[in-house]
Order: sequence, then C-alpha cells, then structure tokens
Amino acid sequence: MTLGQIALWGLVVGFIMSLVVITGFAYTTLLERKVLARMQARYGPNRAGYIPLPGRGKQERKLLKGFMQPAADAVKLFFKEDNTPAFADKWVYNLAPMLAVIPAILVLAVIPWAGDLPWLPEQYDYFAIVPGLNVAVLFILAVTSISVYGIVLAGWASNSKYAVLGGLRASAQMISYELAMSMTIIIPVMLANSMDLGVIVDAQKGGYYVFLQPIAAIIFCIAVMAELQRAPFDLLEAEQELSSGFNVEYGGMRFGMFFMAEYMKMVSFSAIAATLFFGGYRGPFVDQVPMLGFVYMFGKIFLGLFIMIWIRATFPRLRYDQLMSFGWKKMLPLAVLNFIVLAVVMVMAEEGAFDALQQAVLGIFG
Amino acid sequence: MGNPIVFGLLAVIAIGSAVGMLTSRNAVYSALFLVLNFATIGVFYIVLNAPFIAMVQITVYAGAIMVLFLFVIMLLGAEQLRGVNSEHWFHLGLSILLAGLLIVAFFIVLVMEGSTTSAAPMIDTSPTALGLRLFEGYNLPFLVTGVLLLSATIGVVIFGFSRKRGENV
Repeated sequence: MTLGQIALWGLVVGFIMSLVVITGFAYTTLLERKVLARMQARYGPNRAGYIPLPGRGKQERKLLKGFMQPAADAVKLFFKEDNTPAFADKWVYNLAPMLAVIPAILVLAVIPWAGDLPWLPEQYDYFAIVPGLNVAVLFILAVTSISVYGIVLAGWASNSKYAVLGGLRASAQMISYELAMSMTIIIPVMLANSMDLGVIVDAQKGGYYVFLQPIAAIIFCIAVMAELQRAPFDLLEAEQELSSGFNVEYGGMRFGMFFMAEYMKMVSFSAIAATLFFGGYRGPFVDQVPMLGFVYMFGKIFLGLFIMIWIRATFPRLRYDQLMSFGWKKMLPLAVLNFIVLAVVMVMAEEGAFDALQQAVLGIFG
Repeated sequence: MGNPIVFGLLAVIAIGSAVGMLTSRNAVYSALFLVLNFATIGVFYIVLNAPFIAMVQITVYAGAIMVLFLFVIMLLGAEQLRGVNSEHWFHLGLSILLAGLLIVAFFIVLVMEGSTTSAAPMIDTSPTALGLRLFEGYNLPFLVTGVLLLSATIGVVIFGFSRKRGENV
C-alpha cells in the first residue's frame, strides 16, 4: 500500500469509528443515568421515546422507555444560551472545550477492533484505524498526557475561583496518577514483547493478562478512574465544594463538549483496558469467525462502562489528602514493585533458572 | 528530510510559536505557545522517521513538564507580566548578539560542509531496535544518566523531608 492509501484508510475508517463511538457516547450517558437510577431504586429518564407493545388487557406496555433521551439532551444543549463571562480570556475560553474533546477521540486511532477480517488489505493483521503502529502504547500515553490541558485551561480562562481550583486539582491529580498508570501500562508491553496493540492482543491467546498480572490490572483500572476524573476521584468537580469545578462558567454546547469529552474518554479507556488486560477482541471462536471480534470488543467496553458506573454509585468521594497519599504512597510503590519483580522473573526464566523447578513439577505430575 | 514543503510549513509553525512564546505578555499564553512548539518538534521527529522519540517528546515535554509549568503559573497567579524593567535592553542586546553568532556559525558550517547534507540513512527505528542500540552500544552513558536522575529525585525527597521536620540541611 502506498502512503496515500494508508492515509485514505485511516481517514475513512477513522470517520466511521468516530461516528460509532460518538453515538456510543450519547448512549453511555443514558446508560449511566439508567444504571444509577436502578441502583438507587428510581426509574431514571423514561419519558423521551418508547416502543409501544400490544397491551395486555388495560395495561399499556412500553419497551425501552427513554431511549430518545440523548437526542433530547443534545437539542436542549444546542438551544441553551451560550454566553461568555465578561472577564474570561476569550481565546483560551473557546479553545479549552476543543482541547478536551480532541484527545478523547484521538486515542481511538490505535485500538484494534477485530482480528484478521477477510476484506482487510494485505499488510494489515487486524482492524484498526492505524494498524501496526509500533509505538501504539506510547501514543496512548502521549495522548492521555495532553488531555489534561482542556480542563486546566477551562479552569484558568473562566476567570472564576471555583474553576481555577478545579483546574489545579485536575492537573495535580493527572500528574500523580499518570505515573502509576505508566508503570502498569509497561507490563503488557513486557509480556507481549511489543508496543503494537495488535501483537499485545494476539499474545493474550493463551490467557488474558488480567489473570497473569492481576495487581497490574487492578492498579491500571484505578489509575484510569483517576485519569478520567470519575467518582470516587471527581474532586475537580466536587459539587459541594466547587459547585462544579472547571466547567462552572460554561454553558450550552460548550458545556456539552466537556460532557462529551468525559464520556468519550470513558469509552476509549474502557477499550484500552480491554485491549491491554482483558484480551481485546479475543474470545471463543474468534479465530474461526473474525467478525465476532467486534462483538467481544463492544461487550468488553460495555462491561468496563458498567463497572465504572457501578463504582460511581457505590463509593463516596475521596478527600484530597487521601487521594494524594493513595496515589503516591500506595499505588506507585506497588506498581513499581510489581514491575521490578516481573522484570527479574522474566530474565530469570529466560536464563533458565526455573528449568529445574519445571522438571520437578513435570516429574511429579507427568 | 521528507517533503520540503512539509518541512517548511513545520519550520514556520515552530519558529512562529517560539516567537509567540517570547513576545506574549501573558505567561499562560507563553506556556501554550511552548506546548505548540514542542508538539511541532514531535511532528518533526515523525517526519524524520523517529516515531519513538516523537511520542516520548510529546509525553514528556508537552504532557508532563508543561502541565507542571501551567500548574505553577496558575497556583501563583503570576500570569501577567510587569512593565519593562531596566535590564530589558541589556537582555535584548545580548540575545540579538548571540542569535547573530549562531547564524554566523550555521553559515560557516554550511559553507564548510558544502551542500552534501544528505538525508540520514534509513535505519530501523522500531522501539526494539532503539532499546537494543541503547543497551548494547550506549550502556554506560545510559546508566550514568539514570543515576543522575535518581540522585536528583532523592535530593528532592530529602529537601521535602527536612522542610517537614523544620530542620536545616
């Protein structure tokens, strides 16, 4: 394939996948509201749109109550007044929502969605927007590290004390938890011997890395929750303290873009966690029917989203000093220790230190 | 060096953002221009067939260091620059002199070398090759750099602890 064909592939597939994920984002908001409502013994949004079913007697039956709620929300946000605070910094105030959304979508570029589909071009081993990128894991780290700018700049540009405090908390939290996340993101790279996400997924054929490295997987998931600034780590928009933190001065669709960035990031980080630790598109019979990869991938993303919502409904918010001491004194040392132990064990296994043990075990059982 | 048009465009963005960083009166604007500059240099690395360095450049400089810069600027509320002070003209003169010297040095080098600055040979730039090269060819410098960074980290921790106990070091 020539460079132009690669670019065209990226453009077309990227457009389609972005549209899919943007639709997914809209329904993630509905999922969150519905699941939270069920966990708190409420109904949740149930007025906008339903599928009527033939009634039984006088009872009127409705299916999927409230499935048009995201569309109603979008229309509402578009028609709201979109004002700029008088002393806000106009340029940065307008730039911040875009800087929040772009990294959330950009991460999707390297996620493998399915295995070797029959209609894929020759060179591509798996279906992704940019397949075969040999620095894909670093790409994820780079994009997540710039995703804090949207929030920090929104906080600064609004010229509001609440917003600045939210932005400051966001930057401190992102820096702290990114370290633990980077230390655990290395683990699949070491085990698969590659930074290509497709190779990492392929290497999980024998067993998902969550079973091989449960500590790393758990630390990664906690760090992702902190990176996403979701409950219980949502100190930057703590309603009781900061009213709503960095986005307090935003209204209309510009607020909607922050909302979008948050839920898009939920989707893309679920996809990353699924790829790195939960086998990505792998599952039963995926080698025979490659199209099943999409099903498994979306299923795993859905599971990740559900767990995030579940955690939000369950845990109270951390205090700020608890957040920092948890990140620096517990997660980071544990992640570093895990990394060092794994490195030593891998080198020892390569040098043949466990051969005798293996022989002994085989001698007993075999 | 890839396409000369791409190179020219990137060079214009890089130099423009550097000039913007120096001339803007607002420290947050300066920081944002610097982020743009770092990102452009990252794209330069991609054009030069070094994706690993490009990603590391963006992660470390644009992602970590500039977030810390912004954090400090916002924490201190020091974004507005004060008026021109007396040292300003001295600094301006010195910087013009140094820039002139740099241009002269570039000119001399280019004239001496002639126009044989051919493109770098296509080498394997995958992370595997880079790691092997780093650990086989440059093992000692790599270790020394690591020890240097570690000593800096330990120094920071010691300063933090002594401040906490109210002692002097």
